[in-house]
Amino acid sequence: MSAADKNSSPYSDLTSANGHDNPGLPHHRPRRADVDKKAGKRAERQTALLFAISIIGTVIAIWAYFGLDIGDGGDVAAIQQINMWIGIGVFLAMIGIGLGAIHWAKTLMRDHEMVEERHELRSSDEARAGAIQNLKDGAEDSGLAGVERRGLLKGTLITALAIAPLSVLVPQIGNMGGDWNVSKFRHTIWGPGVRLARDPDGALIKASDVTIGSVFHVIPDGLHELDHAAMMNEKAKSVVLLVRLDPKDLTIQQGREDWSFDGIVAYSKICTHVGCPVALYEQQTHHLLCPCHQSTFDVANGAKVVFGPAKRPLPQLPIAVDDDGYIVAQADFDEPIGPSYWDRLKGGDDTAVEEETR
Amino acid sequence: MGATLNSAASGTANYVDERTSIGGFVKFFARKLFPDHWSFMLGEIALYSFIVLLISGVFLTAFFVPSMETVHYEGPFATMHDVEMTKAFESTLVTSFEVPGGLLMRQTHHWSALLFLASIMVHMCRVFFTGAFRKPRELNWLVGFTLMILGLAAGFTGYSLPDDVLSGNGLRIIDGVIKGVPLLGSHISFWLFGGEFPGTALIPRIFTAHILLVPGLILALIALHLFLVFLHKHTQYPGGGRTHRNVVGLPLFPVYTAKAGGFFFVVFGIIALVASVFTINPVWNYGPYDPSPVSAGTQPDWYILFIDGLLRMWPGWLFGLPTEWELWGYTLSLNILIPSVIVPALFFGFIALYPWIESWATGDKGEKHVLDRPRNVPVRTGIGVGMIVFYVILVLEGSNDIVASLFHLSLNDLTIFFQWGIFILPVLAFWITKRLCLGLQRKDRELVLHGHETGTIVRHEHGEYVEVHSPLDDEERWVRVSFDNHKPLEIAPERNDRGVARKGYRWDRFKQRLSRFYYEERIEPVTPEELEAAHHAHSDAPSAHGLADAADAKGANERLDDEWEELDEGATKK
Repeated sequence: MSAADKNSSPYSDLTSANGHDNPGLPHHRPRRADVDKKAGKRAERQTALLFAISIIGTVIAIWAYFGLDIGDGGDVAAIQQINMWIGIGVFLAMIGIGLGAIHWAKTLMRDHEMVEERHELRSSDEARAGAIQNLKDGAEDSGLAGVERRGLLKGTLITALAIAPLSVLVPQIGNMGGDWNVSKFRHTIWGPGVRLARDPDGALIKASDVTIGSVFHVIPDGLHELDHAAMMNEKAKSVVLLVRLDPKDLTIQQGREDWSFDGIVAYSKICTHVGCPVALYEQQTHHLLCPCHQSTFDVANGAKVVFGPAKRPLPQLPIAVDDDGYIVAQADFDEPIGPSYWDRLKGGDDTAVEEETR
Repeated sequence: MGATLNSAASGTANYVDERTSIGGFVKFFARKLFPDHWSFMLGEIALYSFIVLLISGVFLTAFFVPSMETVHYEGPFATMHDVEMTKAFESTLVTSFEVPGGLLMRQTHHWSALLFLASIMVHMCRVFFTGAFRKPRELNWLVGFTLMILGLAAGFTGYSLPDDVLSGNGLRIIDGVIKGVPLLGSHISFWLFGGEFPGTALIPRIFTAHILLVPGLILALIALHLFLVFLHKHTQYPGGGRTHRNVVGLPLFPVYTAKAGGFFFVVFGIIALVASVFTINPVWNYGPYDPSPVSAGTQPDWYILFIDGLLRMWPGWLFGLPTEWELWGYTLSLNILIPSVIVPALFFGFIALYPWIESWATGDKGEKHVLDRPRNVPVRTGIGVGMIVFYVILVLEGSNDIVASLFHLSLNDLTIFFQWGIFILPVLAFWITKRLCLGLQRKDRELVLHGHETGTIVRHEHGEYVEVHSPLDDEERWVRVSFDNHKPLEIAPERNDRGVARKGYRWDRFKQRLSRFYYEERIEPVTPEELEAAHHAHSDAPSAHGLADAADAKGANERLDDEWEELDEGATKK
């Protein structure tokens, strides 16, 4: 009692606030079923009806599962019918129970509010003192505290506990990263002489097929010869958009004078913001729009950013036309495609990856 | 029959109790009281939709194959025929088109996930605006906050499992965000994807997270959340007879067993109805993941929109300066880091720590079990509305392309509007809300002092017209005068009498400033003296005539009521 007394000062005067008296619980008004036997009976019947609806719902769901014709297993519409009826069955089965129980509670169960005292959460002073004493006794028994302090035990135990998780985590984390060769980011399968092919059918593209204003979604020829997993990884880096502009609209970038062919330019389709495919081309403005975050790139001017969250232009794929008239790449991209990362501008093939694999 | 049943029940009860002493628990819990209010159901919706998630999730695990091995589809859904896809996507199609009830359960699962997160957030708003996070419930606020974060994780991992083109692009965005992390980004990406994006490791990994790690944590924290609710006993709204030291309500058994238990079935039923009627996430229209295609109007589920909105909003170039920096040959992508990591961390950090921030300003160490009416804490309510506006702007920006095409606006103008609006509108919302709260408090004072308007106009003998006011009843008045009237903190001076600076002064001064921000501007509750004076004014001011007239008017009202009742009875008799 003493502890409670000491700490109950904020509540010392529970019956009033700001000088006003607490008027106490409002008068309880009886419901119709409390005073009228007939109304009570009616509520009981209504509740039973709701429970009955639930029973019907369960029957409907089971009937739908067994009773409806599934067709030959290849009939999408038949399955959808079954789904809908099972769903309606579940709905009735559940809502019947729910509304029934609530109706019961609202009409027939007690609605006269009761009062319960709260107890302060703080433990009593005796309990606290006892807890502290127990901990002290325990610490003394263990030798971690008290007369015979075994400091060496404490130090080694803490160190052991702190590093023990590494015995599991290091192999786990180490294995999860595959070969950790993050320099793969900077290469695609584009290279000298690789022909440009249409996505997804792989048809090769002749320069004469590309009319002014048209846009091609492009993959490197030979991509589909890879196995699926490798194909996905490579495709994620190597997709390209090929556009032909009227050469007089095109501003050739310095140092890239021979990267385009008669108004045909090819840019990486992977956004330099967070890597969505930049798939929406506006023919009139020569703008490429990323539908994910609306970075907008000007194809007529080096695919530089004109709006949105990206900072860098899309990397350009240098192209030429081979003897058979097909469009080919002159080389791989000269920079990593896609979103920026910390060591994007660093190193060549053997980017120092060892240090983080520890 | 009844007797056999009873003896069987008592036999079982005896058996269990002798081995568990469960009798004590039952005695304690059965008649535990809970206050009644509709807003207390919001958290229940979250709990129940989580149970529906578990039920439908167990159904789905029987058919879903978490594998990125490639197959060619040969099932009944014609448009996907012979398309190369992962087993994850194929098994999603099988569940949808070949398992009776399978699509229903997929849709039940997805709809209840949306409801789970929506109800968590609305429940958090209720707790925030009523001050239910105050002592002793700060820790439970933190538990609930963590549940919200885990809910986001559960939602995102689940959304990604079917390996369709939409969720695949979502994962690619995550990959891009991860790569933007300084120093370790590309290695974290390799760790997560088991190599380069997309790889073949991800779906099994997030499957484990989705069905084991995250729901396991959610279950544990739900248990803790509810344990603390029981321990603290539920808060209650202010009213006659309700204090910080009692709880007024109805017993768990039978009233809340029926009401809350019944409500679970209502929530389940409604989700089932929605799931059987409204299509959600039709991955069969999107197709399996392919790194090349993407459609216009691409956006994640609504609860992730705010991060997408931040990513869309933060410009790559700000006033001609880049927000991606190249420093000593290393790339620092602030255009990714700030919107996707730093701003969400600050936003969520503020939410998580809010109970402590407010307690510094208030300086009240007592347990608070009676809820605040939002108007009585204008600054808190203003902050809450400001944060909601902040969040809503981000959600709208996250679907800016859809908003723009819906309202025929320029996408770029809309984004620029939000870029400015994110700084201005939350502050404006804060200020307007605070003023509204103060206004409502003035209205409360007015009501307490002068009573309700009755609409009855009385003309005095000397020609003056006055409206008769009827006084508030005890309950109405108590609710309006009993709130905590916090004042700005007073702190000890920096130096004592001997001019020695004391420790902790700066921290105290910070708390005092915070306190002034919260409570400098406030409306005092009506004091009993003011109330007394107002009563005198009412009986004295318009002279004795007024009182007599008011009595007349009251008599007239009663007469009208009687006439009305007679008419009413006459009508029913016919």
